[in-house]
Amino acid sequence: MHIPLSWYLILAAALFCIGLFGVMSRKNAIAILLGIELMLNAVNINLVAFWRYLDPTKMAGQAFAVIVFAVAAAEVAVGLALIISVYRRRNTIIADEIDLMKW
Amino acid sequence: MTNWIIWLIPLPPLLAFFVIILFTNKNRALSHGLAVGAAGLSFLGSMAVFVQALGIPEFGRQVFESSIDWLPTGNTWLQIGVLVDPTSAVTLFFVAITILMIFIYSIGYHNFGQPAGDHDVKGLPPHGASVTDGHGHKHSVPSIEPMYSRFFAFIALFAFGMYTLVVSDNLLTLFVGWEIMGLCSYLLIGFWYGKPSARDAAVKAFMTTRVGDVFMLLGIAFLYSATGTLSFGVIFQPKVLEALASTPAFFGLSAAGLIGLLLFIGTVGKSAQFPLHVWLPDAMEGPTPVSAMIHAATMVSAGVYMVIRMFPLITAGWSEGMPLNPTMSTIAFIGTFTALFAATIAVAQNDIKRVLAYSTISQLGFMIAAVGIGAYVAAAFHLVTHAFFKALLFLGSGSVIHGMEHGVLHTGEHVDPQDMFNMGGLRKKMPITFWTFLIGGFALSGFPVLTAGFWSKDEILADAFGNGHLMVFITLAAAAFLTAFYTMRQIILTFFGEPRTKAAGHAQETPLTMTVPLIVLAVFAVGYGWVGLPAWFTGGLVPNWFHEFVGGTLAEMPAVAPFSIVPILTSLGVALGGLFFGWLVYRRVESPEKDFLQIPLLKNKYYFDEIYDFLFVRPAAWVAEKFTYLFMDRMVIDGFLHAIARFALFLGHAFRDYIDKPVVNELIGDGTGKVVKGSGSRLRKIQAGRVQYYMVVSIAVLVVVALLYYLLHFLMA
Amino acid sequence: MHPDQIIFFLCAALILISALFVVISRNLIHAALWLVAALFGVAVLFALLNANFLAVVQVVVYIGAIAILFLFAVMLTRKDIRDRGPQMRRSWWIPALLGLLILAGLVYLIFAQPGIDRTAAAIPAGVDPLRALGKALVSPGGYVLPFEVSSILLLAALVGAVYVAITKKS
Repeated sequence: MHIPLSWYLILAAALFCIGLFGVMSRKNAIAILLGIELMLNAVNINLVAFWRYLDPTKMAGQAFAVIVFAVAAAEVAVGLALIISVYRRRNTIIADEIDLMKW
Repeated sequence: MTNWIIWLIPLPPLLAFFVIILFTNKNRALSHGLAVGAAGLSFLGSMAVFVQALGIPEFGRQVFESSIDWLPTGNTWLQIGVLVDPTSAVTLFFVAITILMIFIYSIGYHNFGQPAGDHDVKGLPPHGASVTDGHGHKHSVPSIEPMYSRFFAFIALFAFGMYTLVVSDNLLTLFVGWEIMGLCSYLLIGFWYGKPSARDAAVKAFMTTRVGDVFMLLGIAFLYSATGTLSFGVIFQPKVLEALASTPAFFGLSAAGLIGLLLFIGTVGKSAQFPLHVWLPDAMEGPTPVSAMIHAATMVSAGVYMVIRMFPLITAGWSEGMPLNPTMSTIAFIGTFTALFAATIAVAQNDIKRVLAYSTISQLGFMIAAVGIGAYVAAAFHLVTHAFFKALLFLGSGSVIHGMEHGVLHTGEHVDPQDMFNMGGLRKKMPITFWTFLIGGFALSGFPVLTAGFWSKDEILADAFGNGHLMVFITLAAAAFLTAFYTMRQIILTFFGEPRTKAAGHAQETPLTMTVPLIVLAVFAVGYGWVGLPAWFTGGLVPNWFHEFVGGTLAEMPAVAPFSIVPILTSLGVALGGLFFGWLVYRRVESPEKDFLQIPLLKNKYYFDEIYDFLFVRPAAWVAEKFTYLFMDRMVIDGFLHAIARFALFLGHAFRDYIDKPVVNELIGDGTGKVVKGSGSRLRKIQAGRVQYYMVVSIAVLVVVALLYYLLHFLMA
Repeated sequence: MHPDQIIFFLCAALILISALFVVISRNLIHAALWLVAALFGVAVLFALLNANFLAVVQVVVYIGAIAILFLFAVMLTRKDIRDRGPQMRRSWWIPALLGLLILAGLVYLIFAQPGIDRTAAAIPAGVDPLRALGKALVSPGGYVLPFEVSSILLLAALVGAVYVAITKKS
C-alpha cells in the first residue's frame, strides 16, 4: 500500500541476476538448478506484484504464477532425475565434465 | 511417223545393255539373243528411215528432223533432237548393217555352244577345253568365252552411243554419243582385263582420245558462246556461218576457223590421226569383233562423220576454186601425212591385225584429206565404202585367227595364231574366209572397177588433182600404192604358199555365224561402189546417185571435179602396180629374215611410243609421284595438318598443366576444400559440449548488443 | 516509514542475502538450506501482496517439495561428504560482470517506465482473491486450459523422471 511497485521490481531483478550469476558460474549441476529456482522465483514475484498493483480483480497474474509453480516443480523433478542418471553413468556432476556432445 | 522411228533407233541396244547387265548375265543364249535382237531392231528402224529418205526427192531440203526443248537457259531453251539428212541416212545405212553383222559374228567368235574351258578365268582369253572324242582321243577344242554376256552388254552400249551420234541434230548429244563410245572402247579394249597389255592399251586409248576430246569440248564451248546454240539447223544457216567466218578469234583465225580446228582435234584423237594415232594399234588387244566394230567401221568413222557434219563450218567463207583457208589446210595436211605415214608402217608389221590397224589409220587419213580439200562427197563416199570393206577385213582376220587357234589347240603347238609368218596355205583350209578376205583386200587396194574402194578412192584423187592440190594428189597416190602393196603381202603370206606351221596345217573353217556376215559384207564391199559411179564412166546415162543424194546435204550442190585422165590412170597404176609388186616380192618370202622390209624404224612405228613415253608419260608420272604426292600431299598438306594437330596437342597440354591443374584443381578445388576444412576444424571448437559455457556466451552477446543499442539510442536522441 | 515498508526491507534483505549465499556457498547442503530461507522470504512477500494462497503454496510446494528434493539429490550425488575444491568456475568474474550489467539495464528499464512509482490501490470490498483464483482456474472462460495442460505436464514430468532415473535390474 505504501510500497511503490518499483521496489518489488527491483527486488525481482536483483534476485534474477543473482540466480543468473549462479547458473553461469557454478560448477556443480545441482547448484545450477538452484540458480534456476532463484530465477523462477524472481519471475513469480514480478507476476504477483503486477497482479496486485495493476488490476487485482483479474486473475491472470495469479493464475500465471500458479502455472509457473507447476512448471518449476516439473522441471526440477526431471532435471534432478537426469542429473542422478548422469551421475550413475559418468560418476560426476560437474557440468564442465559432461561434455560428450561436442566437436 | 518417221521422226518417231528416228528417236527410237538408239533405244533397243541401250535397253539390251541394261537388261543383260542387270538380269540375264548368267544366261548366255538370252544375252546374245537380246543383243542381236536389239541390233536387229535398230537395223530395221534404220532401213525404214533410209528407204523413206530415198523416196523423197531433194531430200537435202526436206530432212527428217524433230527436236524438243531440253535445258532451260535463261530466257531460251537448249534444244536437242534428231536429224536425218542425206549424210546421216547413208551413215545410218552402213552403221546398221555393220553393227548387225558384227553382233552376229560375235556369237561364233566367242565360241557359243562350246564347252567351258579347263583353266579359263574371267579376264583372260579362253584357252580351250579338252574333250574326248568317239575314239577315246583327247584333244583340245576352243572353249566359250567366260565373260560372254558382258561382251554383248558392252557392244550393245557401244551401238547405242554410235546411233545417238549419228541421229543427233546438235553437238551436245553428238558429244554424248562420242564419249559413250570412248568409254565402251576403253571397256572393250580392256575386255580381257587379266592381261596387263590389254589394261595398258585400254588406258592408252582412253587417255589419247581424251586429249582430242578436251579440245573438242573447247570448240563446242566456243561455238556455244559465239552463237548461243548447238543445233546444226541453226548453226549452218548462212548468216550464222558468215558471222562466224568474219569474227576474228585467236591465232589469226576466224571464229569459224578456230572452232573448226578445235573440233577437228577431237577427230584427230578419235580417228587416230597423226599425232594421236598411237592408241589404235594397241587397241588390237581387244577381241576381234571389237577391233572390227570400233576401230574400223564405227568409232573411228565417227570422227570423220563429225568433221563431215561440220563441213559447212570448216569451209565457211570458202568456195570451190579458192585457196584453202587455214583450217582446211591443216586438216588436209594432217590427213595426207597420216595416210602416207601409216602406210609405211603397215608394210613392216607381222601381226595380221596390226597391218589392218595401220591400214585403217591410213584410209582415215584419205577421208580427212578429202574433207580438207573440200571434197565433201568423196569423203562421205570413202567413209561408207571403207566401213564395209574394213569391217569385212577385220572380221575375216578374226576368222583366220579363229581357224589358227583351232589348229593351235589341235596340235598343241604354242605359236602366235596372229602372226602372219606362222600362217600360209590357208586358202585351202578356209575357203569362204579366203574369198571374202580377197574381195575385201582388193577393195582396200582399189582394184579397178569391180570393187567399191576403187570408185571412192578414185573420186578423192580426182578431186585433189582437179582442184590443183598437187602435193595432196601425189602423196595420196603414193599411199595408195603402198596400200595395195601391203595388202597383197598380207594376202599372200596368210593364204598362199604352204602352211608354215603345223597349226596352220590343221586350221579349220569357222562356223556359219562367222562366215555369213563375211559374205554379206563382201557383197556390199563390191556392190556399194556402183551407187557412186562417176559420170565419165557411165557416159552420163546413169546419174551419180551418191553424189546427188549426199551432195544435197550442203547448201549448194558441190560440183563434180573436172574430168581428167590423170587421176584415173594414177589410180589404176597404183592399184594394179601395188598388187603386182606385192605378189612379185612375197610369193618367195617364207620367213621374216627374207623379208627386206623388216626395217626396225618401220617395225617400231618410228619409235613414236617411246617418244611419247619420254615426253609425256614419264614427266606426268614424275609429277604425280614426286611433286603432287610426296611434296604437295605429304609435305605441304599433311605437314600443315600435322602442325595443327601438334598445336592442338600443345594447347591441350598447356591448358592442363598451366590452367587446369594449378588453378582449377589446386587453387579453386583443393583451395576451397582446405579453407572449408581449416575453418571448420577451427570453428568447431566453439561447440564445447559445455552448456554453461553456451549460456555465458549467449548472455554476453545479449548484453553487448543491448549496450550497443542503447548507446546508439542515446547518441541519436 | 510505514510498517509495510519495514517488513518489505527485512524481507528483501533476507531474500537477497540468502540468494547470494545460495550461489556462493561451498557446501551444497548449505546452499540448499539457504535456498529454503530465500523461498521463505518470497512467501512472506507474497503474503504482503495479498496473494495469500500463493504464499501458502510457496511454502508447501517449493520448500516442502522442491527444496527437499534438492536435498535428496545432493545427498545422492556426493562422492564423499565434504565438497572439495572451489565451487566456482575459474572465469566466474565474467558472469558476475554480466549479471551486474543486466541488473543495471533492468533497473534503467524499470525507471524508464512512467508511473512505475505508484502505490497499490486497495482491494475493492467484496472481492475475494482466493475465490476468484479458484473460479478462474476452473472456469471455461478463465484459465482452465492452462490448468489442465499443466496437469498433463506434471504427468509427463512424473513419467519422464521415473523413466530417466530408474535402474533396470540386469
